[in-house]
Amino acid sequence: MATAEQQFDAIVVGAGPAGSSAALALARSGLNVALLERGEYAGAKNVSGAALYAPGLLADLLPNYWEEAPVERYLVRRVITFLAEEAALSIDFRTDSHDKSGSYSKPPYNGFTILRPKFDRWLAGKAEQAGALLITSTVVDDLLYEQEQVVGVRCRRDDGDLYAPIVIAADGANSFLAKKAGLQHEFRADEMTLGVKEVLRLDAHTIEERFNLTGDQGMTNEYLGYATGEVKGGGFLYTNHDTLSIGVVVQIASLAEKRVKAYDLLDQFKHHPAVAPLVRDSVTLEYSAHMIPEGGWAMLPQLSRAGLMVVGDAAGFVFAAGLFLEGMNFAIASGLAAAATAQQAHTDHDFSAASMARYRKRLEENFVLQDLKKFRHAPAFVNNERLQNVYPALFCQTAENLFRSNGTPRRKLGRVMLDTIRGNVPLRTLLRDGWQAGRALFF
Amino acid sequence: MQPIEERLELVRFKVDKQPHIRLNRELCKECDTTACVYVCPAGLFELLGGEMHFSYEHCLECGTCYVACERKAIEWEYPRGGWGVSFRAS
Repeated sequence: MATAEQQFDAIVVGAGPAGSSAALALARSGLNVALLERGEYAGAKNVSGAALYAPGLLADLLPNYWEEAPVERYLVRRVITFLAEEAALSIDFRTDSHDKSGSYSKPPYNGFTILRPKFDRWLAGKAEQAGALLITSTVVDDLLYEQEQVVGVRCRRDDGDLYAPIVIAADGANSFLAKKAGLQHEFRADEMTLGVKEVLRLDAHTIEERFNLTGDQGMTNEYLGYATGEVKGGGFLYTNHDTLSIGVVVQIASLAEKRVKAYDLLDQFKHHPAVAPLVRDSVTLEYSAHMIPEGGWAMLPQLSRAGLMVVGDAAGFVFAAGLFLEGMNFAIASGLAAAATAQQAHTDHDFSAASMARYRKRLEENFVLQDLKKFRHAPAFVNNERLQNVYPALFCQTAENLFRSNGTPRRKLGRVMLDTIRGNVPLRTLLRDGWQAGRALFF
Repeated sequence: MQPIEERLELVRFKVDKQPHIRLNRELCKECDTTACVYVCPAGLFELLGGEMHFSYEHCLECGTCYVACERKAIEWEYPRGGWGVSFRAS
């Protein structure tokens, strides 16, 4: 029989954005919640780029939270760069406009850059303030069952069994709980990516001058192509308040196949002629790494069973579609959906598999599963060998040929493009890739 | 290229006496891909004289080695609560 100290209405494993959002919502609804975190503090084990999109998702629970939360810069500028070995071609978007679907530069904003150890710690603190019991430095090794029903968790310490009719697994990309519960398969190296990152100190004024920003405005720059050499992946460079986040994200299978090290790719990326001037005179503060579940729709686990729901990275809720790499907004939305399901279950005193399955229904009704399903062909497109090694270089080559001025007669754009493509990609392959790109992103 | 050791000096580790990674070296002997050597973002695996060596002390706890190992020779669990890596600035 569990003592009162070991019995909760709900247990959340992992105090990242998904877990802390769930714990916050549950505590606010008056339930007795334990929020377990294996790090010394929430955020200690967590790494993202990090751009938090759709920050308004948390605003119902925490109105105007951006005024006090440790957010770095709000995003008004978004750059996508195609890299060749010695050239770069960018799409550079910025906006200060306001319309009814939301402003990038006014609350609730379109996105922020954040630093996870600071932000996650703050968010977990909010859950704690709302009444959740935050227990740090505690690893959960397994779930506890009564027949098929999950009834608690086993922490790795003496008297470490904690009980609740609902457990929410927010234990991250490497979710052992989802696997132990039989909901997720063993990962394959082609559905996971590895991100390695450095945070670089650079004074705020220099960041604003260098990246064409004013005040707290921020930008994200994603790089495709040579950013990761021949290894499938991409690079990123984000502005924080007085630091830059720079990193590469690479497919694990491709890394192993090409026998290259991710940190050497990061080094090479930092020294690319189009990147080096942007990070000049900065000082590296920290190096970090994390795995990302990028398999999308095809690798989705079963999301619940009696007494258990899986949220955030643990459920593979990462939206990786070439132009997009989002996760924290999916984590928060899934955490809130799990909390709503748990509240309903407590009201009904029904913790059965059918009751928990309403969690998936909620996700199907919001963007989480709709986006993952709509863009289900994107992972295959992102993993196309030529997206890595041919097209970004071709775009750069086209620009180079187009803008070259050497005293010979010019050709029109169509001709330049055709001549550049010819000899590099057979027409049939080009059409097939075009169809794949279209299916992934356009229609 | 900047040596990985220099990068790891910037990271805070609280090293547990008990390793959280175990290698089945018998399986490693048959391995010709040695994926772990390349994929580990802390460079913790090294093939020396035909035998795989590794250290767990500066593990960033990403789990990549475990996913990449085709022979399932790596036993991997999280370190004890509060031990291991603590990111501060990322």
